[in-house]
Amino acid sequence: MDYKDYYKIMGLERGASQDDVKRAYRKLARKYHPDVSKEADAEILFKDLGEAYAVLKDPEKRAAYDQLGANWKAGQNFQPPPDWDAGFEFGGGNRGGDYSAHSDFFETLFGHGFGSAGADRGRSGFQARGEDHHAKVLINIEDAYHGETREITLRTPEIGRSGHVTTKQRTLSVRIPKGIQQGQRIRLPGQGAPGIGDNSAGDLYLEIEFNPHTIYRVEGRDIYFDLPVAPWEAALGATVKAPTPEGAVDLKIPKGTSSGRKLRLKKRGIPGSPPGDLYAEVTITLPPADSDNAVELYRKLENELAYNPRRKLGV
Amino acid sequence: MNQEVSTGILLDETTELTLSELSQACSSSTEWVIELVDEGILEYTGQRKSQWRFSGTSLLRARTAMRLQHDLEINLAGVALALDLMEQLETMRERLRRLEVANRS
Repeated sequence: MDYKDYYKIMGLERGASQDDVKRAYRKLARKYHPDVSKEADAEILFKDLGEAYAVLKDPEKRAAYDQLGANWKAGQNFQPPPDWDAGFEFGGGNRGGDYSAHSDFFETLFGHGFGSAGADRGRSGFQARGEDHHAKVLINIEDAYHGETREITLRTPEIGRSGHVTTKQRTLSVRIPKGIQQGQRIRLPGQGAPGIGDNSAGDLYLEIEFNPHTIYRVEGRDIYFDLPVAPWEAALGATVKAPTPEGAVDLKIPKGTSSGRKLRLKKRGIPGSPPGDLYAEVTITLPPADSDNAVELYRKLENELAYNPRRKLGV
Repeated sequence: MNQEVSTGILLDETTELTLSELSQACSSSTEWVIELVDEGILEYTGQRKSQWRFSGTSLLRARTAMRLQHDLEINLAGVALALDLMEQLETMRERLRRLEVANRS
């Protein structure tokens, strides 16, 4: 298990006041909140921040954490000393939002058994209907074109009789509707937590996310990809093979196409009403001058075309 | 693996959720959802509360509101403002993308 430096995560000194902790949290939370931030690893940064804040804002937890000492380095292999939290008095636990799954480090120190935090799940305690569950599902872009059936594996934490949390795993076959977009949800009635007694089970909500693709980028129903084009194809115009998630198509490159130009393949994006478009972004690539013949051809171009690419710069 | 295939309901603009379905899905009380309505964060159709219907996309908005409220410790008026600004930002990004396409073709 890796040691986590909560002060470093929040950019604070060890002696920071509780007000400093709060201010640092508010500032960083706005910056890294996954709903707000466009940074790629916002979700991870925000989880770390939430965990650090959960410990440092709580004087009891903070004191217990401080007791571990300042000599640990982030990422260092860590084992808590036995009875490390003995002698501390703990108040009620608090409940996090969606991004609140904590690290092993946190769970070992402050998980069930630490104060009353283990009673968290009692919140929904005596509710008759089963709770609704939410899960994120990764699918391929191609699945959205055809509407595939995908097998998904879900892990549900369960509290056993002894109070220990175990993970139950189940597999579910789900039909992915054709034309689904990133971030959309599918509701599966009765697939959430079982109800108590004769009451109905909760629902399961699946949030769809696309696996990163080596070729395509997705924006809503539109799809983008980079299309490498040879200089003569761009200059003279050509018909080239272009990939689409439904198979290769012929794409016409207009005469005089420049790098960065987007060529639209209408209705070749994710199906729907209206269907999305597919955009090929032209990148002109140069053949390498790696043979005498190639060098000679480039020299010939240079000598015979008298082309100055920097003319517009006035040089 | 021999298994039954589950077919779900896609939550888009055309799907309808009742007040209790929406609050269930947010693991929250109906009162909290009503607060979102009062703040203008969610919109519904229908007359009496028992007939309120929310679009499928309301769920995304409600859950985002819940995360912002909890994680950033802001009140619902602040959440409403943040959601509106985020929406405007998204619209402008979309326009920018379209203009880039138009300029280059």
